[in-house]
Amino acid sequence: MPAPTLEVSFDGLKHLVSSRALEGDTLLLNMGPQHPSTHGVLRLLLELEGEIVLNCIPDIGFLHTGIEKNMEAKNYLQALVMTDRMDYLNNIGNNLVYCLAIEKLVGLDVPPRAQAVRVILTELQRIASHLVWLATSSLDLAAMSTFLYCFREREIILDIFEMCSGQRMMTSYIRPGGIWRDVPDGFEEAVRQFLRLFPRRIRQYESMLTRNPLFIDRTKQIGVLTAEQALQLGVTGPMLRATGVAFDLRKAQPYSGYEQYDFEVPTATGGDTYDRYLVRMEEMRQSLRIVEQALNRLPDGPFISDNRKFVPPPRAELGTSMEAVIHHFKLWTEGFSAPKGNVFLPVESPRGVLACYLEGDGGPKPYRVHFRTPSFAHLQALPLMSRNHFVADLVAIIGSIDIVLGDADR
Amino acid sequence: MDLEAVIKDLQSELGQAVLGVERGRGEVGLLLSPERVLTACQRLRQRHGFDLLIALTAVDYWPNEPRFTLVYKFYSTMANAFFGLRLPVPGTAAEVPTLENIFPNANWHEREILDMFGVRFTGHSDPRRILLPEDWEGHPLRKDHPLGYEEVQYTFNFDEIDRRKPYAVE
Repeated sequence: MPAPTLEVSFDGLKHLVSSRALEGDTLLLNMGPQHPSTHGVLRLLLELEGEIVLNCIPDIGFLHTGIEKNMEAKNYLQALVMTDRMDYLNNIGNNLVYCLAIEKLVGLDVPPRAQAVRVILTELQRIASHLVWLATSSLDLAAMSTFLYCFREREIILDIFEMCSGQRMMTSYIRPGGIWRDVPDGFEEAVRQFLRLFPRRIRQYESMLTRNPLFIDRTKQIGVLTAEQALQLGVTGPMLRATGVAFDLRKAQPYSGYEQYDFEVPTATGGDTYDRYLVRMEEMRQSLRIVEQALNRLPDGPFISDNRKFVPPPRAELGTSMEAVIHHFKLWTEGFSAPKGNVFLPVESPRGVLACYLEGDGGPKPYRVHFRTPSFAHLQALPLMSRNHFVADLVAIIGSIDIVLGDADR
Repeated sequence: MDLEAVIKDLQSELGQAVLGVERGRGEVGLLLSPERVLTACQRLRQRHGFDLLIALTAVDYWPNEPRFTLVYKFYSTMANAFFGLRLPVPGTAAEVPTLENIFPNANWHEREILDMFGVRFTGHSDPRRILLPEDWEGHPLRKDHPLGYEEVQYTFNFDEIDRRKPYAVE
């Protein structure tokens, strides 16, 4: 009985591989989408000479869920829950960019307390996301213990989210006009406890990796990107900052009151995998600083706007005010309407520039929502970064991009 | 950065191709006719320092004409400013020159628009679908593309609905 053959058709990709591959001089190898080091469902078509990657062709879309189309069929508030599911390591940040876009479109003000809570939670989310990056990318380099330590600390952050919203990941906690509910009792203490604990833990991770010769061998001069190349390929966030460009939207075009906080934008100059590691480690420290400042001056007051055309009235008002009942009914059946027009709102997600293009047509449903997601942009840089590296280094490079395929495919 | 100067410069360079100026909610941009997009982008990049193509997407206004509008957003790291272009594209001849040679990252964004809206980009080096499978029919983000749903099966009509369900075929 003949052995079963596995044939993959490359017909549609012939214009992307070299003539040597078509003649059989070099090897075409399929990697993924079920490969553990591709962080989800990324498929790569590799052109190899021995163990050297000559070219790599990313193939994405395995996690495409039509979120943009689905959002057009829901009202503004219902569509919010879909944003959580896009970049599943940055749920709060996705809620934030979508709500900021709505607020910009309809002209809704957010009370200071809500802004401060938003900042605390997005920065905690940034740390949690960087922890997953550190865990998985060092696991790709066979550092198993880092993985376990990082997930231990991430759990503390997810517990804080659960405390606020009842959910560990898909929180939908940030709402147009503010936040869903005020933060619960014990929130401040929980965050403070994390603030006390975490600097020690960062030092612990660094003691395992920063001067580890094995780690340095695997990351220095691997996947180098210059500043010019990075900008040409639309690379932003820690990957761009590792090439020396200090571009951070929290500083450049502050939103949600980031201008009040004192923090630095860490950069490096090498643009390689090791520098991306250094930048992200320092970013976690800066996020801690922001959380601490925001917590120290957490203002009292309302946690959500009192504009009843967009924000439902509190339960207590429903028994006494007819107007509140009408608003409640309108908002929970039809939803609020946004005027005709379009807005473009970029924020700094843990991975880079996350932007929401939102267009309203005067009705209660968004006419068009588009998310410019960093993972989608960064994967385009992978062929350039991985050229002439070993296959094993390709794994390190994929880890250093910090891709989330839900973010790339939407 | 003086974005008004950028607008003036583009208006004098492109003349009739500038269909309008768009200001609102703190954003500045131009409405541009599609055939001059390369000149405009070249000028934005080289003379005005917009070095980052931050977003490229499309909107479908079906059944109105011109049916599509392409939305370009540029960012200048030197001047810390955003600038937008909007291109009305007719549904009958949905074809726009590719931006790949000026901003290489336009490659994937244009593939996504091709995939989702069916707008073609002349001169594109790799005009394939990016997110959907190659054999997918239609362009889902077009407004005349149905959202799709699954019929609910009850005990009394389970078999009847099952027969017309679009199961995958080998």
